[in-house]
Amino acid sequence: MESFALLVAATLNAGTVLAIAGLGLLVNERAGIVNLGAEGMMLCAAIAAFATVVHSGNPWLGFAVGAGVGAALAAAFGVLVIWLNTNQYATGLALALFGGGFSAFVGVGYVQEKIATQGSHAIPLLADLPFLGTALFRQHPMVYVAVLLAFAIIAFLYRTRGGLVLRSVGENPDAAHALGYPVRRIRLLAVMFGGALCGVAGAYLSLVYTPLWVEGMVAGRGWIALALTTFATWRPLRVLLGAYLFGGVTMLQFHLQSQGVDVPSQFLSMTPYLATILVLALISRNPTWIRVNMPASLGKPFHPGG
Amino acid sequence: MTAPRLEVRHVTKRYPSVVANSDVSLSVAPGEIHAVLGENGAGKSTLMKIIYGAVKPDQGEVLVDGQPSRIRNPQEARALGISMVFQHFSLFETVTVAENIWLGLDRSHSLESVRERTAQKAREYGLDLEPDRPVHSLSVGERQRVEIVRALLTEPKLLILDEPTSVLTPQAVHKLFVTLRQLAATGCSILYISHKLDEIRELCSQCTVMRGGKVTGSVDPRRESNASLSRLMIGAEPPQHAPHTSSAGEVALAVRSLSLPTPDPFGVALHDISFELRVGEIVGIAGVSGNGQQELLAVLSGEQPRAPAGSVSLFGRDMSGRGPRLRRREGLHFVPEERLGRGAVPGMTLASNTLLTRARHIVGKPPLGWVAPRATAALAADIIARFQVKAGGPQAEAKSLSGGNLQKFIVGREIGAAPKVLIVAQPTWGVDVGAAAQIRGELLALRDAGCAMLVVSEELDELFEICDRLHVIAKGRLSPSIATRDASVERIGEWMSGLWSEAAPC
Amino acid sequence: MLKLEARPEASRFWRIGSPLLALALTVLIGVGIFALMGKDPLKGLAVFFWEPIKSAYALSELAIKATPLLLIALGLSVCYRANVWNIGAEGQFVLGAIAGGGVALLADGGSPRVIVFAVLAAGVLGGMLWAGIVALLRDRFNANEILVSLMLVYVAELVLAYLVYGPWKDPQGYNFPQTRMFDAVTQIPRLLKGSRINVGVLIALFGALGMWLYMFRTFGGFQLQVGGLAPAAARYAGFSSRRALWSALLISGGMAGLAGAIEVAGPIGQLTPHVPVGYGFAAIIVAFVGRLHPLGCVFAAILLSMFYIGGELAQSRLGMPKALTGVFQGLLLFTLLACDTLIGYRIRRTGRA
Repeated sequence: MESFALLVAATLNAGTVLAIAGLGLLVNERAGIVNLGAEGMMLCAAIAAFATVVHSGNPWLGFAVGAGVGAALAAAFGVLVIWLNTNQYATGLALALFGGGFSAFVGVGYVQEKIATQGSHAIPLLADLPFLGTALFRQHPMVYVAVLLAFAIIAFLYRTRGGLVLRSVGENPDAAHALGYPVRRIRLLAVMFGGALCGVAGAYLSLVYTPLWVEGMVAGRGWIALALTTFATWRPLRVLLGAYLFGGVTMLQFHLQSQGVDVPSQFLSMTPYLATILVLALISRNPTWIRVNMPASLGKPFHPGG
Repeated sequence: MTAPRLEVRHVTKRYPSVVANSDVSLSVAPGEIHAVLGENGAGKSTLMKIIYGAVKPDQGEVLVDGQPSRIRNPQEARALGISMVFQHFSLFETVTVAENIWLGLDRSHSLESVRERTAQKAREYGLDLEPDRPVHSLSVGERQRVEIVRALLTEPKLLILDEPTSVLTPQAVHKLFVTLRQLAATGCSILYISHKLDEIRELCSQCTVMRGGKVTGSVDPRRESNASLSRLMIGAEPPQHAPHTSSAGEVALAVRSLSLPTPDPFGVALHDISFELRVGEIVGIAGVSGNGQQELLAVLSGEQPRAPAGSVSLFGRDMSGRGPRLRRREGLHFVPEERLGRGAVPGMTLASNTLLTRARHIVGKPPLGWVAPRATAALAADIIARFQVKAGGPQAEAKSLSGGNLQKFIVGREIGAAPKVLIVAQPTWGVDVGAAAQIRGELLALRDAGCAMLVVSEELDELFEICDRLHVIAKGRLSPSIATRDASVERIGEWMSGLWSEAAPC
Repeated sequence: MLKLEARPEASRFWRIGSPLLALALTVLIGVGIFALMGKDPLKGLAVFFWEPIKSAYALSELAIKATPLLLIALGLSVCYRANVWNIGAEGQFVLGAIAGGGVALLADGGSPRVIVFAVLAAGVLGGMLWAGIVALLRDRFNANEILVSLMLVYVAELVLAYLVYGPWKDPQGYNFPQTRMFDAVTQIPRLLKGSRINVGVLIALFGALGMWLYMFRTFGGFQLQVGGLAPAAARYAGFSSRRALWSALLISGGMAGLAGAIEVAGPIGQLTPHVPVGYGFAAIIVAFVGRLHPLGCVFAAILLSMFYIGGELAQSRLGMPKALTGVFQGLLLFTLLACDTLIGYRIRRTGRA
């Protein structure tokens, strides 16, 4: 029973990376922009945050730097895609490739560095509950932040005028432009928000989850987070759910490996990737379902006054 | 004397390839309904964008209530009391009517108050509108009502309407006019952009006519005739075609009990459509856009090959499951409504674009399918010469051609294939007058040569001009056919709202 | 104020000029990086742009690295022209290496020389299989090819790891994760004695010619491009989008697989976990820099090969991280996309004070 509670706790921990990144990407996709550079932004943020903590010892500063790096890279992507109308896929890919190279380049000196493990923070009273305390309430604060974030994004998207404007820009940028909304600025802000959250997710990975710097340590989580937004049909709560589902898959395969199950470890390591493919195939099977839910201008260029 | 509500003085706007407005002036008094009449491409839209602040003029100025206007964006225009209803609606499908209206107002309003005021305005003007319905569930007419109520809630002093009736049935047009007159009576000026003569003569008290970016006349349309207005608009009388007398021959294309549900949530399902198309006749299908035209055309062309077996046949042979290439082999050619991106690949040369529908005779045998560049260039040059297409030669990219010239090229490409059946959608949409006349002439000549032709258009004038028989499509159903000489605009208009009795003569 | 103004027709000058300008910008940023790290920028530039071409040996190394880049990029060019976003060429390359390597491991000293063809054919099939999964999932389930092809890269690398740590591990290899060296009979024939350069480079050049013919002189290649440029026009013409999807993915998968087989049966000579070194991703950049045109890809492959060699030399000579290669690759693609704006637009000064 206790070990199961620990597995749940580990699942939340692993899912938090995907949840934060996925929620950020959801917001910029709701504004009509796909940023395939998630992996690159997460890597750069991971090393930036890690280096910050190595030098300053302050993890919150690390998160802030991670968010800043993510937002800055996203802004570069955004300017290209939104103002110069470059292809969103190609530009995102460029960011992913650049981020991979740049983080490895900068990170060479930090491979051997160590930082203090961030202890879990027990929530008073709740943490003492049997089973639930261990499973849910002895986590890093970011785990709770991710959950709160999902609800905050729901409130923003569906309960505020700003959220309505954002969704409208994602659905029909021409109409939003005709009504006088600064479509490009709104999109840039959304993209930067997505980048900042990808940065926080990358920072969580190198500061809390491992905590280490290893070249390429994001290991496809940026891409999985991108898949999550489709899986979630662009709904925040479903992103959260999907993130924990994938966290669970990851933890389960670690668990099985440590139990010495008679399956080669490489096959167990494949499961998150295979699960992503499986889920994508299942959810996309019905094109109508995707079309109804997808922000209508997603991935398409927008020329104001065209 | 009070200053005019709006005054445009000597406005000129040049674009790299065209002078869109040249020394344009007009003046609108308070409470006046003022028409701006002109063909597609006459410069009306540019002028409206200038008034609305979306485009800056190179020369000249715009005055509102006697003050020089410094409008830089739509919000500032709204703040000055200028509102615009666009030809293409600025609506968001996935959100509700009230939210759509809210988005068009400034942020000082709450959604709750907008919902109430929407209902109130709608009552005041007798417009039927439910604030909480999502826009994707509304008909075209209802969508326009959303746009109009949105404009009305800004309490405008000047309302601009850009081709508001192009998507409406004649009955809905009548209802719109009642609303506009009511609005003008309150002192609001209305700028009414259109190319439809009858409507302008019915509604407007003043009319500025534009042609090729210039003002060619400023008249009281109530004292003009259609002929005199169209002379100002076109510069010459529209060509009269000799009446068609020879009778139609054997059945070329037959559609029987065609029903097809739509896979697209925003599409239109087809219901029990039947008609025949005979050799040597032109049959027209009228209708307000979005009533199943796209779906029907896709079934006929073969782009949608999932029609029920036996529903589409060509000279007696079932074609329902066949793709476009096999239908072309049997002599059925199609000119689609979208020229760039469907009828032609924008970034490819005209030579390459011949391969879309004429590959059979210029491409080598499979599996290699060798493409000889000389053969495609020769074919393109041939089409360019025969149909007087203005282009930089066979190697010009399709997107570098003007709308009319590209349409001539595409129509020429299909006519050059000597089709037995030709289906044409919107043959002259966005095409200048000269090219339109030429294209219509070519179509008539092809019919006289024994081709069976189906023309789908939203322009009633055009259908009445060239068709021998007419059908109307509404909500995915097809009306019985009526000989053009027996048809009237009123009757076709009634049918466009789906009101026909099944017993009408065929 | 500067303003972008659409050109009536795409600029032919900038279509070629843009990659050159992008390269210049990348070099400029590179000089900045060298200066920031306290290295002599001239020396830095020399290791990237002079060392790789200064001797016959250096040229042969350049060709060896350019070969897989070119092969993969040719396939990807077809794919991207068809608007099929296969970004998992790295995985298809690995599968080609595994399949080719598997056949090579079957050979012994008594095998006939023609087994080389079997090795290469197996590589092609391996790559096709991996890309075929992407095509199947896209065709049958509408699954996004970008994400599926990328996920399959990780899976392919794990399959390779499983094989070299497990069943295919060399029993006499001191427990290193690698297969035995392939028998000499499976070696791709060398072009010159004393140089590592092999016929792979000729295969790649013939591939470029073949791909040019396919794209610009056959109806199949034409249909594929129409589908990529204007899907509605392809439907109108009656070109099958499914066929285009499958051909694009099978061609690019096959080319990447071929590159993988040539790599393991050529310069490497065995399977190790280090077979994938990012050629599949670098080839994406080659394809774009080469304008999705076979001839352009040839030049771009040489350029990116220079980046690879330059990175290695920067590490050994200047003590800089090898990851510099990745930085430059990413920068090049970034600047290229920005410069490509000039193809469709011109920059105008607007008269606002």
